[in-house]
Amino acid sequence: MSDLKTAKQHNTPFPGESELPGHTVDLKSYIRTCVYVFIAVVCAVSLMIWASYLPQEHFNWPAKVGLILAVACCNAFVVAGFLMHLISERKMIYTVLAFTVFFAAAMMWLTLYAMQDFPAGTTH
Amino acid sequence: MDATIEQFPPYREHGEQHGHAGEHAHHDPGFGRGYVFSTDHKIIGIQYGFTALCFLLLGFFLMILMRWQIAHPGAPVPFIGPLLEKVLGPVMAGNGAISPDLYNSFGAMHGTIMIFLGVVPLAFAAFGNYVVPLMIGAPDMAFPRVNMASYQAYFLGGVVMLVSFFIPGGAAQAGWTSYSPLATTIPTHGQAFWIIGMVLLISSSLLGAVNFIATIIQLRAPGMTWMRLPFFVWAQFVTAFLLLLAFPPLEAAAIMQLMDNLAHTSFFLPTGLAIGGKLANISGGGSPLLWQHLFWFLGHPEVYVLILPAMGIVCEIIANNTRKPIWGYKSLVYSVLAIGFLSFIVWAHHMYLTGMGTKISAFFQTTTMAVSIPSVIILTCLFISLWGGSTRFNTPMLFALAFLPMFGIGGLTGLPLGFNASDVYLHDTYYVIAHFHYVVAPGTIFGLFAGIYYWFPKMTGRKMNEFWGRVHFWGSFVFMNLVFMPMFAQGMKGMLRRMADGGANYSAARVPGAIDTLPGSIMELHTWILWAAVALGIAQIPFILNLFWSIQHGEKVGDNPWRSTTLEWQTPTPPPHGNFAAPPHICRGPYEYSVPGHDTDFTPQNEPDVPMAAPKISPVPAVH
Amino acid sequence: MEIPYAVQPRPDTGVYNAKMGIWLFLASEVMLFGGLFSGYVLLRVGADQWPHGWLDVRLGTANTIILALSAITTLLAWAACKVREFGKFKFFHACTLLLALSFLCIKGYEYHDKWIHYEIKLADGRIADGHIESAIYLNPATKEPLEERSFRGNAFSTVAGGTTNTYELASVTIEGRYVNDEKDLYDLRAQKNIPRDEIKIPRAQIKSMENYGPWHNTYLALYFTLTGLHALHILGGSIVIGYLWGPGRRLWKTNPEQFTNRVEVSGLFWHFVDLVWIFLYPVLYLT
Repeated sequence: MSDLKTAKQHNTPFPGESELPGHTVDLKSYIRTCVYVFIAVVCAVSLMIWASYLPQEHFNWPAKVGLILAVACCNAFVVAGFLMHLISERKMIYTVLAFTVFFAAAMMWLTLYAMQDFPAGTTH
Repeated sequence: MDATIEQFPPYREHGEQHGHAGEHAHHDPGFGRGYVFSTDHKIIGIQYGFTALCFLLLGFFLMILMRWQIAHPGAPVPFIGPLLEKVLGPVMAGNGAISPDLYNSFGAMHGTIMIFLGVVPLAFAAFGNYVVPLMIGAPDMAFPRVNMASYQAYFLGGVVMLVSFFIPGGAAQAGWTSYSPLATTIPTHGQAFWIIGMVLLISSSLLGAVNFIATIIQLRAPGMTWMRLPFFVWAQFVTAFLLLLAFPPLEAAAIMQLMDNLAHTSFFLPTGLAIGGKLANISGGGSPLLWQHLFWFLGHPEVYVLILPAMGIVCEIIANNTRKPIWGYKSLVYSVLAIGFLSFIVWAHHMYLTGMGTKISAFFQTTTMAVSIPSVIILTCLFISLWGGSTRFNTPMLFALAFLPMFGIGGLTGLPLGFNASDVYLHDTYYVIAHFHYVVAPGTIFGLFAGIYYWFPKMTGRKMNEFWGRVHFWGSFVFMNLVFMPMFAQGMKGMLRRMADGGANYSAARVPGAIDTLPGSIMELHTWILWAAVALGIAQIPFILNLFWSIQHGEKVGDNPWRSTTLEWQTPTPPPHGNFAAPPHICRGPYEYSVPGHDTDFTPQNEPDVPMAAPKISPVPAVH
Repeated sequence: MEIPYAVQPRPDTGVYNAKMGIWLFLASEVMLFGGLFSGYVLLRVGADQWPHGWLDVRLGTANTIILALSAITTLLAWAACKVREFGKFKFFHACTLLLALSFLCIKGYEYHDKWIHYEIKLADGRIADGHIESAIYLNPATKEPLEERSFRGNAFSTVAGGTTNTYELASVTIEGRYVNDEKDLYDLRAQKNIPRDEIKIPRAQIKSMENYGPWHNTYLALYFTLTGLHALHILGGSIVIGYLWGPGRRLWKTNPEQFTNRVEVSGLFWHFVDLVWIFLYPVLYLT
């Protein structure tokens, strides 16, 4: 996929014309990737549903939530990595996203911690 | 391509160097396209600036009305009392006096207008839009139409905020912080208008932030490396990141509060909430603290949004008027990056009194103290930069110089607020008001005044009048201090914020003999502060008159009257569409003043390194 | 005046302007939904009890598959542009739009389902819970009954031919069940074979009546707000994709590279919307 982009940087094709020989092959490779991604998504969804319906007696909700969220994160990585071609992006985008993820996580975790950390006996 | 850009002439090697404002030799876009719906960053910058200055003036008037009420609780406002009653109704302004609800309204809107409609649009959007593309050698912002959309969203947000004054029940009353459950249980629609206005303003800032960051990353001219950027651009870059990442959680919270207001949800309403002695008919299960966390997650980076552009402006002006490079450019850059990063993890120092535990408040105290370090580094670098300079004391320099100690006072007085132990006493008192006003009013606003006087010649080709500039400076400087310095004393004596009667209820006069009441000396300060505020307002009149008068009658100057090194001064005046005839090539850093051996005491960033003996085949337009 | 790097990428960053811009915007959107999610986490952790199984997992799964498919057709539309096959681009983008429309239709159906689901607190202390089948109103003047398919409040008036007719609620028929405690309504996963009977409740027995809107409890508030904001993003994204598929395609003739970039940028936004749903779906439907 990234090879395709680099080629495009050097040659701006004329409208309506594709100058790449064997272009149908390249579109097919996109389709192949998409099929793999779709299968991955369906697997992830099935896994999450299965985890959700695990019997209540052996698995409590926090454990199930953790498992489901872990699968969701993997699913998100697949979508972000392949469909948004995050895997082939350059450092600049990664830096922006890394800071974002850090701040989002900090916001969530610190808020939760702040709500849980209070002197004993001050709430009911 | 889109029609608007096609109307602008392409890069030309020759032709009209000194274009006239808004006109071209070829396609004249007309008044509508040229001034109202322009996508040119300079026009948009001026639009932002003009609108923001109007809002600053409005916010100032609200403050004067509040100070009157504090000094003379319940007394009819002189001159405009009857007008208030006519416009706002007898319930809010009966007898021409300011009712407590109206006082709260003014308080909430003063804060909102000054911060979101005044200072941020002026400091970030106005100056940033006008100057940043010029400083980096770009022809415009990366997304000109998004730029126009962001101004329009700001304008709409301002309209919504203004309209809220005239709806039944008046404008928002729950403070600029709009804490739930108060914000959700006030039975009028002012809060809903406030939230909708905020959503529009937040969207405007987000679009602007995306534009600034993309522009600074992508459109730097050849040779303009990161470490050759003027510090002002770095400051705007970090500010844009703060807006980009910190505003959305507030938008999320605003959406939730709007749902609470209109759809009767209970995001922020706890179970068992009672209003007027009766259980409220809500589902409950919400958390008022959640609003506070999400609000202050923006609220704290917001204050750095307020100060960083002003620091950038002051840095530029100091370098220019001391005729020497800034001391510690690298330290400045790393400090501003550190401030940007740390400012995201200090927010709960606004919430020490919410019953937080020791571990979490220890964390926030630590990060709060940590974030003060880069601020001190920046201030120190600017102070040291003054040493050994050939200082010119023009009006911009006076404001820039005054910024330093004023921001110093503001910053230092923040330290007791950053520590939990001392903040327990000082929280929500006038000490806090004095602290943050010192940083924003004699701090940021002085920086912005400095910027206006400094860049006025680039926008208009004329200088503002120097004498009246000094009158404006001295009046503002003296009276700002007279307004805010007494508030430290009032706060330390325990006077709380947001009291419509100015603390009369807690005064020694009302309850003689009770302990720890507000003494008469503290209450008397109200009158002094009121007079100082009025004088401060009068001191702005020369500025307003000077600004408009100088557009037509100011002293005419060339393209680079301050003899500055940065790129915005190497363009024609005012810069034409596309700014530069050809993309400039940058050869050196931004503060090459008084370089030994050079024939002039400044070397522009794009001046080529030609040897003295070689014939002058200068590829850039001749600079006068 | 040409803005540099509007179409061709800048060498040291490797991106063109719009791609930089969209990633920055998506970063802000991460913080937006992050704020809402952190609200969700906080409110759920602090709640005494939390509903389970209130949403139809089959519909949610269908929506997830639909959205995943639409993300894929978006990518293929961009790929078709890259190889300059405009016909395939039109096909894939049309698929995306249709899938988006079906997502919104299913969401609308789910919202409607909650809208007509009522929790009726009865005078004898029990709770009737189910979907409104019909409501019977009585005109107190003429004693004429009027049957309505939906609940129109405790009373309403109509104006016909100059005369105002007021109707008052006489009885409500729901398809649901009786429970003795509100707690029994929360964990539907743990309950097997929930009865669905036709229950007619006269007005006199009704103490209070509230449908499963956002006001009902924090779970529904979060559900409607999160999915509502998400649906707004789907709508916005659909409008942009629709514009590129329709009137915006003019740019293909003059500058196909820039058009391809626009398709890519709108695709990135669409993938982000899919990403949000990947987290929304398990969090609301499965946990």
